[in-house]
Amino acid sequence: MTPELFIQYLFAGITYGIIYAIVAIGFNIIYNTTGIINFAQGEFVMLGGMIVITMHAFMPMPLAIAVAVLITMGVGALIEMFFIRWLQSPSVLRMIIITIGISILAREAALHIWGESVRTLPYFIGNEVTSVEILGARISPQVLWVIGVCSLMVAGLSLFFKFTSLGREMRACAANRRAATLCGINTKNMVTLSFVLSAGIGAMAGCVMSPITYSEYDMGPGLAIKGFTVAILGGLGNSVAAVTAGLLLGIIEAFSISVLPLAFKDAIATSILLIILFIRPHGLFGSSEAASLKEF
Amino acid sequence: MDLLKRYIPVLFLLALVVIIQLVTQFTETTYYLTQLTMSAYYSVVVIGLCVLMGYGGQISLGHAGFFAIGGYLAGTLTTHNLLPFKEQGLVVFLDKVGFLVAGKDLYGGDLLTVEPWAACIGAVLASGIIALAIGGPVLKLKGHYLAMATLGFGIIIYRIVLASAYFGEADGISEVPGFMLLPGIEVSGSFRARTLNYYIAWGMVICGVILLLNLIHSRVGRALRSIHGAEEAANAMGVNTARYKLYIFVLSAVFAAFAGVFMTHYNGGIGPSEAGIMKSVRYVAIVAVGGMANLWGALVMGIVLNFLSLRGVFGSYDDAVFGAILIIIMLFAPQGILKINLWQQVKQLLSHLNPAFRQENTE
Amino acid sequence: MKRVLSSVFAVVISFCLIAGFTPASVARAENIKVGAILAVTGGASFLGGPESRTLEMMVQEINATGGINGNKIELIVKDSAGDPEKAISFAKQLIEEDKVFAIIGPSTSGETMKIKNIAEEAQMILISCAAAEVIVNPVAKYVFKTPQKDSHAVEKIYGTMKDMGISKIAILTGNTGFGNAGKGQLEKIAPEFGIEILASEVYDKKETDLSAVVAKLMANKDIQAVVNWSIVPAQGILAKNMRQAGWEVPLFQSHGFGNIKYVEAGGAASEGIIFPAGRLLVAEDLPDTNPQKALLIKYKNDYESKFTDQVSTFGGHAYDALTILVRGIKKAGLDKEKVRDAIENLQGVAGTAGIFNFSPEDHNGLDINSFEMLTVKDGKFAIYQK
Repeated sequence: MTPELFIQYLFAGITYGIIYAIVAIGFNIIYNTTGIINFAQGEFVMLGGMIVITMHAFMPMPLAIAVAVLITMGVGALIEMFFIRWLQSPSVLRMIIITIGISILAREAALHIWGESVRTLPYFIGNEVTSVEILGARISPQVLWVIGVCSLMVAGLSLFFKFTSLGREMRACAANRRAATLCGINTKNMVTLSFVLSAGIGAMAGCVMSPITYSEYDMGPGLAIKGFTVAILGGLGNSVAAVTAGLLLGIIEAFSISVLPLAFKDAIATSILLIILFIRPHGLFGSSEAASLKEF
Repeated sequence: MDLLKRYIPVLFLLALVVIIQLVTQFTETTYYLTQLTMSAYYSVVVIGLCVLMGYGGQISLGHAGFFAIGGYLAGTLTTHNLLPFKEQGLVVFLDKVGFLVAGKDLYGGDLLTVEPWAACIGAVLASGIIALAIGGPVLKLKGHYLAMATLGFGIIIYRIVLASAYFGEADGISEVPGFMLLPGIEVSGSFRARTLNYYIAWGMVICGVILLLNLIHSRVGRALRSIHGAEEAANAMGVNTARYKLYIFVLSAVFAAFAGVFMTHYNGGIGPSEAGIMKSVRYVAIVAVGGMANLWGALVMGIVLNFLSLRGVFGSYDDAVFGAILIIIMLFAPQGILKINLWQQVKQLLSHLNPAFRQENTE
Repeated sequence: MKRVLSSVFAVVISFCLIAGFTPASVARAENIKVGAILAVTGGASFLGGPESRTLEMMVQEINATGGINGNKIELIVKDSAGDPEKAISFAKQLIEEDKVFAIIGPSTSGETMKIKNIAEEAQMILISCAAAEVIVNPVAKYVFKTPQKDSHAVEKIYGTMKDMGISKIAILTGNTGFGNAGKGQLEKIAPEFGIEILASEVYDKKETDLSAVVAKLMANKDIQAVVNWSIVPAQGILAKNMRQAGWEVPLFQSHGFGNIKYVEAGGAASEGIIFPAGRLLVAEDLPDTNPQKALLIKYKNDYESKFTDQVSTFGGHAYDALTILVRGIKKAGLDKEKVRDAIENLQGVAGTAGIFNFSPEDHNGLDINSFEMLTVKDGKFAIYQK
């Protein structure tokens, strides 16, 4: 394998890895505050992409992105308020079924609003054939945008959770909800905030990746499954590990092409999911005690 | 007498099945039997899943995979030509035992395939063995992890049938011959055999229901209910929870496989859509709507929803309808549609909106 | 016990409601019922969507001008979402319940093969919009299809390659029925044209990035051209990935590229793509003597003004199916058997996919001249000039 090929694979792997990581972080944020796995996470990414393309017809790109992210955040808040908020200690099965239902409805709504065809955002810099040369490999500038924006989001989130009072309140909520309520934290709002945040980062990812991957109504479930694999791989609830796990999965998938037929690429993620679940369900970086303490 | 009381609903069902068939005959609307037959096969999957989810307390988001294993294996064994392999040991053995049958393919050439009965047994056996193999590690998981593991299983089956030429890739299997159960009784989609196939399908449903009813009221059933209620307590009482959970998992897989085999012969083929996530989600939706531990509720919902869907009543909104049903039932009637307690739920909603209405709520 | 009774009651009631609700075939002798099983939603919606819209548009127009010999057409569209079991159920429904005159569709080959025998047994005319060879080979009396032969498309591509002096290629195909059929034909016909396939990869229909596989293939300097055979958005993604990586070898596509949206999605990377297609996409550039030109331009204008959607060759398959059916009815009246015979003997019918010449052995009716080699120039389709 030549160095250029290696770098090419590496970049392909990092691009997708970081997208999976964003979806996984979205899962983790909601899971941490509510214990719910949000099967509709992929739909947030889809909505971001679809809305920004529609908005772009009326306004310049940066504004369109901002609007798309805000609208998707609104959708996230609405979902929480209408479907999640008023359930009292629901069972795991119930929550899974509800979020699956939400995911289906979001997809069907997108189908009937925007139709079945793929849509794409123009590249932020250049067009479909421009590329920059990095270490011998040629990649599209959009890839750099994806990596840059997603890394910024990850960094922003860690700062948010560590240094802002709101972030600390959310972490308190995640650690022990009852104790947090006793401390005067409005846990209900924290739950809404977690949905809003997850929706926001998903939508942002959807906007930046749209020129590369196209947006269509059906793109949610595939991303959600990969995102969930990454979340579990890193340890459910652990966002820093999710980034590592995401990059790992992306890179494995990209390099697998050099040894396996392309047709097996998707089977890799699913196989990893099953292997991890069977062997080490608390993930590579999670601890089994912490995992078993979490209520299911 | 208790025994008889248990079976009275079954007799009702039987009577209903016969009445509906006669009604359609008199009103010249026998075409309904087609969708009723297909719904019956889907309901076999549903009742098996119902016992797994309701009584065993195990989520399965990949049950369409077992249906597909049964259907695809039956389909491929009865359509793929073994003539090129005539000399190989296994083929010779199967021939000696009488499992092979000669025929003609699409273009008039000679065809050597497996006999449908043998294919059926093989397919169901394979499904059971696979369930046994993955059941062990999968059932050790709980909650979300269990759900995702079953989902992963379903996806792998889907990917396998979609990617292999042996399973027909995206086009699936076609030209599956009829399945001669006994001389004169054949499972096939031919128009002449419509009434017969209707009774075969419903016969399977009724047998399945009787078997499951016996199971629920037996020692195994009680063990299962204890597991569902409080697994640690059951363990403490000496109930071998792992073994029972595995048992019911394999049983539900076998149910799904049988349904898959018969449906494939009835339809004359099968496609990858039968293994997809959406199918699995539908089965779960139907069980949830019918009531997790309510065999009859699940059966009724299985028939009604599949019937309407197969008649195209939902039009282009088919998936959306299932999604909406999932949400509405889980929000308002988590115990299933027959235990709906609307007033309770409304009070709960109001109590959230206005503290003045706040009441003691138990889930 | 009460619960069981109530549920039984519910079932009986709902059954009666449904049975009662469904209107019995009101056989107003004037209406010709035409059934259509199409994948309007679901994974094959880029086929079924344009097809169902085309049919609705055409039926509206025919009825507005008085129908066929005074009889109006009643179109019944069933959305199968690409699921074979739904196609089977709808086929039986259309045949027995709605008692339609003929069925158009389904959109995919998998579904068509599942209902081929049903249509044949019920002696129902079936004009499929799916491409697989096996639909009309072996020939079934009542089953026809309108899309062109995959083998002709491949022959056109290889012929062009031979002219360009290309002999070593890589092929990429999607894992749909269309992609698999194409792969089979590409591999089968290659030796006849002296083409050697150095690499062959299959990607998932939902694939969103092919840059890694492009890098892998690019490393093989012997590859002179790439053929991509699929009907999914990945067609455009491949083009982008190739050009971004600086791989300038000719890129050939299949007739699945026949929608300007894929060109737009590929943007600047779509320049220079060569592919075989029906002449619909370059209708204006045809000489006025071309028998298809007038109807192509009319179809294009009607479709694009009625729907906010660009015309595509996929919708054209449904156009051809209805055109053929209407011709048959015009010739033979309302006797199903006579119409079937009429269709089987139609000659020189101009459609979007080409000129149809049916015969008892050929229920597809199109030959290699139904294809024109097209290319993309300045973001638009143009006829490929050697």
